[in-house]
Amino acid sequence: MSAVQELPAATPAGPRFAGLKKRAGRHRSWTITLSVAVVGAGLALIAYIPPFTLAQPSNAWIDGYTNAGVFVMLALGLNLVVGVAGLLDLGYAAFFAIGAYTYAYVASPFGNSILGINLIETMGNQAAGIVFWPMLLVGALVAATFGILLGAPTLRLRGDYLAIVTLGFGEIVPIVFLNSDAVTNGTNGIGGLVRPALPIMGAFSAMNPYPYYITMLVLVAIIMMLCYRLVESRLGRAWEAIREDELAAAATGINTVTTKLLAFALGASTAGIAGVFNASKLVTVSPDQFTFIVSFTVLAMVVLGGMGNFWGVAVGAFVIYTINNVLLKSLNQFFDTTGIPILKDVDFIQLQFLLYGLALVAMMLLRPEGLFPNSRRKRELHTAITMDEQDSMTTAEATSEEGQR
Amino acid sequence: MTAIAATSDAGGARVPAGRVVRLLVLIAVLVGIAALAVHNLGTEQAIEQGVNALTRGAIYALIALGYTMVYGIIELINFAHGDMFMVGAFVSLTFLGTILGLEGPIYDIPVLIVTLAATFLVTMGIMGLIGVVIERFAYKPLRNAPRLAPLITAIGVSFILQNLVQLRYGPYQTNSPKIFPDTWTIEVAGATIPVLSLFIIAVAVVLMFSLQMFIGRTRLGRAMRSTAADRDAASLMGVNINRTIAITFLIGSALAGAAGVVNGLQYGVARFDDGFQAGLKAFTAAVLGGIGNTVGAALGGFIIGFIEVGATAMGYTRWGPAIVFGVLVIVLVFRPTGLLGQQLGERA
Repeated sequence: MSAVQELPAATPAGPRFAGLKKRAGRHRSWTITLSVAVVGAGLALIAYIPPFTLAQPSNAWIDGYTNAGVFVMLALGLNLVVGVAGLLDLGYAAFFAIGAYTYAYVASPFGNSILGINLIETMGNQAAGIVFWPMLLVGALVAATFGILLGAPTLRLRGDYLAIVTLGFGEIVPIVFLNSDAVTNGTNGIGGLVRPALPIMGAFSAMNPYPYYITMLVLVAIIMMLCYRLVESRLGRAWEAIREDELAAAATGINTVTTKLLAFALGASTAGIAGVFNASKLVTVSPDQFTFIVSFTVLAMVVLGGMGNFWGVAVGAFVIYTINNVLLKSLNQFFDTTGIPILKDVDFIQLQFLLYGLALVAMMLLRPEGLFPNSRRKRELHTAITMDEQDSMTTAEATSEEGQR
Repeated sequence: MTAIAATSDAGGARVPAGRVVRLLVLIAVLVGIAALAVHNLGTEQAIEQGVNALTRGAIYALIALGYTMVYGIIELINFAHGDMFMVGAFVSLTFLGTILGLEGPIYDIPVLIVTLAATFLVTMGIMGLIGVVIERFAYKPLRNAPRLAPLITAIGVSFILQNLVQLRYGPYQTNSPKIFPDTWTIEVAGATIPVLSLFIIAVAVVLMFSLQMFIGRTRLGRAMRSTAADRDAASLMGVNINRTIAITFLIGSALAGAAGVVNGLQYGVARFDDGFQAGLKAFTAAVLGGIGNTVGAALGGFIIGFIEVGATAMGYTRWGPAIVFGVLVIVLVFRPTGLLGQQLGERA
């Protein structure tokens, strides 16, 4: 405990940025909107600049950004659960799957026949895409419901027991989708989902990646705003209190079970939104899209980005997605063109997981606190390290506290 | 984490009444399951399936021990441990097939014994070393980092191991020489029981017993228990923490190697992605039994073996993993510390 009390006061922001920071804090939503718009425009621009256009066509870049954006959404949601509330969730892909299948049931002929509705028949394939927008909310609600169903009995568990239960849940959900052939079409999954549509623009198409890209940016911005609002609210402070010390939080009158359930449900609903969006983009859902690798990758993004820091997590998600899906896949091409003797003959596609694993290990060893750690966490860690030189007993307490998380 | 310490106090005089009751309940449940199995499958089938379940459970239990030891001592869910089992299977098949050039069963008993002993020694030795090296490079530097950092490196190591094996042996199943003759069986109450199954169960039991003795009776075992209980206090008492943790990884990985060997003998094949599912189930076993508790890990392994074989016998093979996790969730809801775990203090 003493470690927390002995924290040095926050370094005041430099006088030059003080006013700016204050204003940014007051108009958080505008700052976020503006930042997302600038980043979105900047990334789109990069897709048209020569060295990048050589690797793949501009549209493919935009499409890739959109896929990365799905992971940004997932990472933001998981950050609420793991980074802010301190609940280790290893089966996050389950909620992603639930969101995707929710959309699939409403937006595909197969799903409609199971539900006994004929939405697509009556509205037509193109116009039916309008359901995408309300489905974002429905997907979020369904995923949140499952989050509560899973969380209610298991959130009493501490730390790593919760981790293993969520890991189990993450395994069970794809198995259920895989084995319930009659209602989920088993391995093949549900195909032929309708693409989202807007009243005047009409349906999105696979040819033009921009509508998806812009939708993704809007969703990321909204989720980011909600995350900030939540964390700065009473609820957010309760989450952080629970993360730091659950007993103390309970003693100050926080209802820990409800608070943790809310973190779980809100995190799940974000994954639900990401699931609906991803399903509408792929126009097909199948159990193999939601394996443990997805859960682990999202967790790696959160940890690497810097737990608790939303922008850091978003950047972490983008970096890991890019490393895994763009960089490692274009290594072959790169070394073919450069013609370096030995590297030219190596098939990097085969080495993808090896390199991904090495990258994860290396990044963690270099920056164990993540690329952009939450400022409070950073101070804690650095205090622990400086105290190490002075007093080993205090360090012991600091590390054991770190261990409780 | 005092759980490793708890199990090894078995020599002590006081056995809490709660534990006896729990054990009785467990025995009653097992007898109930056995009765149900006999009723549904007939005695012969029930015995055969029971032995099958014990064999499978023995493999899970051996893997689970590594999880539970590592968790007990540094509170890390070592996701690479399942892949260590897989690598162990490949080390053993390489030793038997490529180095010794064996293909089929060996009927000469002394030769078989020597070969098996050599295989276990070599595989467990190599795996132990690999485990120590991984700990040195991937986990040790992160010992005081935020606790999720080593979890991520463990996942990274898991990817690395899988990819390396895939590069060397390809994405398909590789045959592992089944040097233990399948034809050796014994008859019990009309049921045919393969000697191999008995051998595997015996190996697992011997290893678990040795581990228990090691943790409970030796100096190094005491160092492990004290490190698990309070690392800093142990360090002040002169325990070499780094060496103790390295030894924990050595033993855990060697046990995973042993599991790999018996897996190869039993099923005769190995594939680069065998480790994940097996590891997940073994970790479930460790949690089911009460994580950090070595006896619990063994118990959990056998329980999961029974659940899986039961699911298969009733025609729900595909639902096996779902049932395993369902049972886990139910057990944890009612006994949040696992079957043999004990209530831990809020703060160490």
